Amino acid sequence: MLDAAILGAVLASVVAAATTLLLASLGELVAERAGTLNLGVEGMMIVGAAVGYATAYSTGSLLLGTLAAILAGVALSLVFAGLAVWLATNQVASGLATTILGLGLAGLIGSGFVGTRIDAAPALRVPGLTDLPVVGPVLFGQDAFVYASILLLIAVAYGLARTRAGLVLRAVGENHAAAHALGHPVRRIRTLAVMFGGACAGLAGAHLSLAYTPFWASDMTAGRGWIALALVVFSAWRPLWLLAGAYLFGAVSILQLHVQGFGLGIPSQLLSSLPYLATIAALVVISALKRGQGAPASLGVPFVPDR
Amino acid sequence: MPLKFERQENVSALRLAAAPLLALVFTLVVGAIMFVALGHDPIRAFSIYFIEPLGDVYTLQELVVKACPLLIIGVGLAFCYRANRWNIGAEGQYVAGAVLGSGLALATQGTEAGPWVLPAMLVLGALGGALWGLIPAFLRVRFGASEILTSLMLVYVAQLGLDYLVRGPWRDPAGFNFPQSVTFDPVAVMPLLMEEGRLHAGIIIALVAVAVATFVLGRTLTGFSIELAGTAPRAAAFAGFDEKRVTYGVFAVSGALAGLAGIIEVAGPIGNLQPSISPGYGFTAIIAAMLGRLHPVGILVASLVLALTYIGGEAAQISMRLPFDVTRVFQGTLLIAILAADVLVRYRIRRVEGTSHA
Repeated sequence: MLDAAILGAVLASVVAAATTLLLASLGELVAERAGTLNLGVEGMMIVGAAVGYATAYSTGSLLLGTLAAILAGVALSLVFAGLAVWLATNQVASGLATTILGLGLAGLIGSGFVGTRIDAAPALRVPGLTDLPVVGPVLFGQDAFVYASILLLIAVAYGLARTRAGLVLRAVGENHAAAHALGHPVRRIRTLAVMFGGACAGLAGAHLSLAYTPFWASDMTAGRGWIALALVVFSAWRPLWLLAGAYLFGAVSILQLHVQGFGLGIPSQLLSSLPYLATIAALVVISALKRGQGAPASLGVPFVPDR
Repeated sequence: MPLKFERQENVSALRLAAAPLLALVFTLVVGAIMFVALGHDPIRAFSIYFIEPLGDVYTLQELVVKACPLLIIGVGLAFCYRANRWNIGAEGQYVAGAVLGSGLALATQGTEAGPWVLPAMLVLGALGGALWGLIPAFLRVRFGASEILTSLMLVYVAQLGLDYLVRGPWRDPAGFNFPQSVTFDPVAVMPLLMEEGRLHAGIIIALVAVAVATFVLGRTLTGFSIELAGTAPRAAAFAGFDEKRVTYGVFAVSGALAGLAGIIEVAGPIGNLQPSISPGYGFTAIIAAMLGRLHPVGILVASLVLALTYIGGEAAQISMRLPFDVTRVFQGTLLIAILAADVLVRYRIRRVEGTSHA
């Protein structure tokens, strides 16, 4: 049955699945704390996955691929920022437009790479520790993206709560008129927050196509960008709860794969729909419990000085 | 860079009509850049993509066939978006309608069922879409859950459900193991309007939907309450309009129309149930609704424009070996351009000298 080696492998795959979600939702959390609801995450993630894969395949360098993915996410986030922050268009529509454009661009970029494979980002091994049962592969046998996601989480949590920049960013998200009156450049701060979100989404995409599944497929994000958005609601806009949410959802998506492997006669499509159903359930429970508490007050409201 | 928006009072109808045209021109410029970047002669590419599909009766029919689902779904979405309710899951409602309607077609397969089958399928299709659309509405009203995310998650659930049915219980036993249902009986198929081609009666339903929606949204108290709920929710509450009823109502209408579009597509151009019954119509219809300025007649024009990107995309796929994603890039760019053009037409943006903060 479940011995230590299998348990370790399963838990390690949960961590890998959770990392994509954690990276993307961290970026979205920052953008939302600054007051911008960015529905373009899915598009930025898939563009990151495509550009990252294309670059890594062409240059043979995973590092260059990752950097290119981050830049691609930032570039697409500027399209969203231009619309939603500077032209003050409806944020929902702008985000959707960004996602539709991103899906198309990613398909174009990736079309030349269908059917190819690369070597996945290697696990960083620590001699001795990695070979420990269960905790070894989970804690010390992961790729660089996993450790980066944890470091990023700590940085975001600390930055938002303990730094002046974080305070200003939160002020912009809670009350943009007051922040503006105090002399803070609201639109510039929101643009930077959206760009950070784009970078994180691009990095999440790179994790997907360079480490998690080292090939390109046009539908490889499979709604993870949307689940990342839901996770931000689930976390009530708090970084540490985001960690819990991402790992919970990573576990659900890995669990459904393993249950399919057992062949219990449950239709595979029902199991595949579990992450989406779980997202709905989580949204309902959180919304019912908290009724909008925690959401930045200016979230989704365009800011227009002197309009 | 300090920018200042000055709202233009009394924007002329001409300026408002200019916005979609401006957006189209911008999209074409971006398209030209894209074609050059992909190593194609932009003039030839545009000709294949946008001009040649308009050349003969057959492709003109195809244009209308492709515009039909966009138009029906888009009109429904206009109800939601006017009320400021963000139904992003029309794709799932489309699938749910197609599945429920097809259920009847498959149940009556090979029996002596009369001509009542098709109308009953259409009713079931609308019902299926409405029920699927009411789920996010209920979760929003009852629990305050974001309808944006729940309606979207339900798209994946609906698609997986369809996938299960056509690979499992509804698979055609004589279909060489392809994941698809049997081809519908003639009584379960949309009648054609012309002898040659695929133009089917669904377009008449679509035009009726445009007429009814134009009347309801523009001339009735219901339309007024939707408009008010969207633009001034507090005023709507004071006026005694029930916010919950508006939410349920607009989701039911948009879901029903998306479901209707689904069953029309399956009983029309496709002819049976398959895993991929939509090239993203539910999402493209969002663009149709926006481009058409949430007005049914505008959505009619926008649907034809967007249908051209589908037809042109197919032509470019065949003759230029361009991936279908070119179409998505065009559609995304068009939506971005229309959003930006709307602002540029309604506001005058000036640079402001001095120290004011951006």
